[in-house]
Amino acid sequence: MEKRVTFKGWLLPLCLVLPQLLVSAVFFFYPAIQAVWQSLFIPDPFGLTSQFVGLENFQYLLSDKYYLASFFTTATFSILVTLVSMVPALFLAVMADRLLKGAATYRTLLIWPYAVAPAIAGVLWLFMFNTRVGIVSWYLGKLGYDWNHVLNGPEAMGLVVVASSWGRISYNFLFFFAALQAVPKSVIEAAAIDGARFWKRFFTIVLPLLSPTTFFLLVVNVVYSFFETFGVIHTITSGGPQQTTTILVYKVYSDGFVGQDLGSSAAQSVILLFLVGLLTILQFKYFEKRVHY
Amino acid sequence: MATADKSGMVESSGRKLWLTHLLMIIGVFFVFFPIWLAFVASTVTQADIVSPPMPVWPGGQMLENYKRALFAGVNVPVTTMLLNSLIMAIGIAAGKIIISLLSAFAIVYFRFPGRNVFFWMIFITLMLPVEVRIVPTYEVVAGFGMLNSYSGLIFPLIASATATFLFRQFYLTIPDELAEAARVDGARPMQFFFDIVLPMSRTNIAALFVILFIYGWNQYLWPLLITTDPEMNTIVMGIKQMFPSGDDTADWPVIMATSILAMIPPVIVVVSMQKLFIRGLMDSEK
Amino acid sequence: MATVELIDVRKSFSGTEVIHGIDAQIEDGEFIVIVGPSGCGKSTLLRLVAGLETISQGEVHINGSRVNDLEPMDRDIAMVFQNYALYPHMSVRQNMAYSLKIAGVSRPEINKKVEEAAELLELQDYLNRKPKQLSGGQRQRVAMGRAIVREPSVFLFDEPLSNLDAKLRVQMRLEIKELQTRLGITSLYVTHDQVEAMTMADRMIVMNEGVAEQIGTPLEVYQKPHTLFAAQFIGSPSMNAFDATVKGGEAVLESGVRIRCNCSFEGEAVIGLRPEHLIADENGPLRVNIHLAEPLGANTLLHGRLSQSRDPVIVSMAGVHSALGTEQNMRVSISPDNVHVFDKATSQRVASLKA
Repeated sequence: MEKRVTFKGWLLPLCLVLPQLLVSAVFFFYPAIQAVWQSLFIPDPFGLTSQFVGLENFQYLLSDKYYLASFFTTATFSILVTLVSMVPALFLAVMADRLLKGAATYRTLLIWPYAVAPAIAGVLWLFMFNTRVGIVSWYLGKLGYDWNHVLNGPEAMGLVVVASSWGRISYNFLFFFAALQAVPKSVIEAAAIDGARFWKRFFTIVLPLLSPTTFFLLVVNVVYSFFETFGVIHTITSGGPQQTTTILVYKVYSDGFVGQDLGSSAAQSVILLFLVGLLTILQFKYFEKRVHY
Repeated sequence: MATADKSGMVESSGRKLWLTHLLMIIGVFFVFFPIWLAFVASTVTQADIVSPPMPVWPGGQMLENYKRALFAGVNVPVTTMLLNSLIMAIGIAAGKIIISLLSAFAIVYFRFPGRNVFFWMIFITLMLPVEVRIVPTYEVVAGFGMLNSYSGLIFPLIASATATFLFRQFYLTIPDELAEAARVDGARPMQFFFDIVLPMSRTNIAALFVILFIYGWNQYLWPLLITTDPEMNTIVMGIKQMFPSGDDTADWPVIMATSILAMIPPVIVVVSMQKLFIRGLMDSEK
Repeated sequence: MATVELIDVRKSFSGTEVIHGIDAQIEDGEFIVIVGPSGCGKSTLLRLVAGLETISQGEVHINGSRVNDLEPMDRDIAMVFQNYALYPHMSVRQNMAYSLKIAGVSRPEINKKVEEAAELLELQDYLNRKPKQLSGGQRQRVAMGRAIVREPSVFLFDEPLSNLDAKLRVQMRLEIKELQTRLGITSLYVTHDQVEAMTMADRMIVMNEGVAEQIGTPLEVYQKPHTLFAAQFIGSPSMNAFDATVKGGEAVLESGVRIRCNCSFEGEAVIGLRPEHLIADENGPLRVNIHLAEPLGANTLLHGRLSQSRDPVIVSMAGVHSALGTEQNMRVSISPDNVHVFDKATSQRVASLKA
């Protein structure tokens, strides 16, 4: 799409884009290119010189069992976060949509967790499941279950998944609710006349109509679980125990800043970059398609 | 009419409606419980907490705990961290909005050399979150001596062009005739920008401000990397620093009071500007 | 007060010429209507005069001086847009004052001019409202007011009435014309509606595919259309046209029917017969097979086909003719003076009406 009206001149527009150009160049493009460049080198142990090694960093990574494990961890984590954040959100949205009165109040209450930073969410959930003082872990103990996410990998994973999904429920709820409100009531009524009961209507009519929103949320939640959950993992498990909750972004951080392995960290960044690119293309391809309807 | 219809045939009977309300209340309870528990913990003594199970109703230590958090804290008073967070969040929101308003205006209303290249550049920045390029970005910021500074906190996070893209979309919906009318009325490009485009973008600016404020406030990884000086800690990343290393018991009442303080500003923004927030959310993701 | 002169004005968009050289002389205070079907280039022509598009070739003069390279604001013009283009966030007062404010006119002066214009347009009670609180007709007036306060040399109107409903359109048509007559400001008015063109214009420019088919007063265009296009575009219902061979003051239709005409042209031609000039006549040369009668009250439109050739034809008869209806036949004739003859090869008029 283009404007019919344009103003003349080139100096003014260049001045207008200059701030953005400078900020992106210095803090975005230069670092991004630098990441690609660094991924081709290995620095010596003292960090004084570095040696060009080509794709060796990548070869090493792809044969490193910790890195491959981290891939697997990330996949598990993403799928779980997406499910745990979307299913309850959809359920709540369907409930809220049935209500004429009070839906707005519930919405206001349900928005809250979105405003809570992932790192704070991590602290809240850590507090509830803390092995010494946590109220939930205490009651679990009373029931005979010995909760210990500090030592037990699956429990740690469960905890970071729940903590990461919690705030996302609000987000997904808002989108599902808006989409449900946009479903034409005449369609629902037609189905009702045809004799379909509520859940039957939901699965045969409403859910298919929601599929654009659902797909959109799938992609967005996967991207979220890849990147924005860093705070949750850092506050609750720091990637442990035994790296069972070390997702890719966390590994970039821990290898780069804690382990000071810049070449490997950069190569990991490049791989991540590639993954995000794929997800983005997927998203755009999809939206392009939808435009044609 | 649509809502009236809804209450008719498709609506469930009164008993079922109660069930729906009940389910909603249970849902809200579960979603709210962590926040409630944090609030309770911020009103009781450390002793109440370390002897589980902790109480689920607020105690009488609220003022005490919050006073301690705000003015003493663990490493640094929480007031300092709140101020840092506020500066960072407002800096990111305002900075990003200002540069985006200008560059979107340029790409929509001008044809200048390099326009297409520029457009593709901003398109690329949409794809890559800061998490992916942390190490080199850290080096750049360190190279400028911007560690432990507000500009170091703010600039790398306004580098992506999401807002530019949004404003471009919005400008494209402004009728061509308005620009023509302004030209006939004698407005120069910047007069057109300030007198017509900017006032017309008010709602979009406000909606985006809400979203970006929360985005900035909730940042964790970046402040964690570049603020080694506790005086520069933001509240969201500072909480983790309040946990003692090793086996010492954390000062839970103060940590929980800090958590509550950390979520108050974004919650106020979201709840009080709910309409704008939802609009901003829907806009910024489409 | 100004004259406008167009000298061989041409416009190309990325290599394709859409305005093919238009010449026109517009006198001071004249109301010129540029009329034509959509896509004929009429709006583009207006925008060339406004300075919203750059002129590819030729010249536009306002008040004797060349304005090709001047910005719109420096051409001493004001424009009323089809969708009014009111600034949505400004009150009526601010909308009207905007150009004066930019020009640096003093505040009391601005207020005075805005209030004068508001009075003229009966907008005094609405000065503090926003455009979305106004009706279509009121918005139209604000757009007019915005043009008036600048006291320009030339008014440009781009289909200003096309967003209004039929009744309001007739009323605003009168208001605009009255206002223009009172202020005496030279005006160019673009429309696709030939009724607007006929009723408002001092002179009209009939445009088709980027060419000015005819420039003249409404009656000139109606009575002596220069081209077949102008003949068919102006007048309602549209003029009937039949292929014919003209020889010795007689047009012979393909079916062999002969119609007398005042014309010295000989050869292949198209003859044009206005529906209102066809007269019921038992001895008339044309036999019409009527399919449908539309009673409009003051007159009756008969749609049918020539029974000799099956060509479609429309007859407009004064008064009510309830007896006429489906599948009836009637004969019609036409005065030789009312037969328009166009050269088939060029579509140009070759016969004039009786002098």
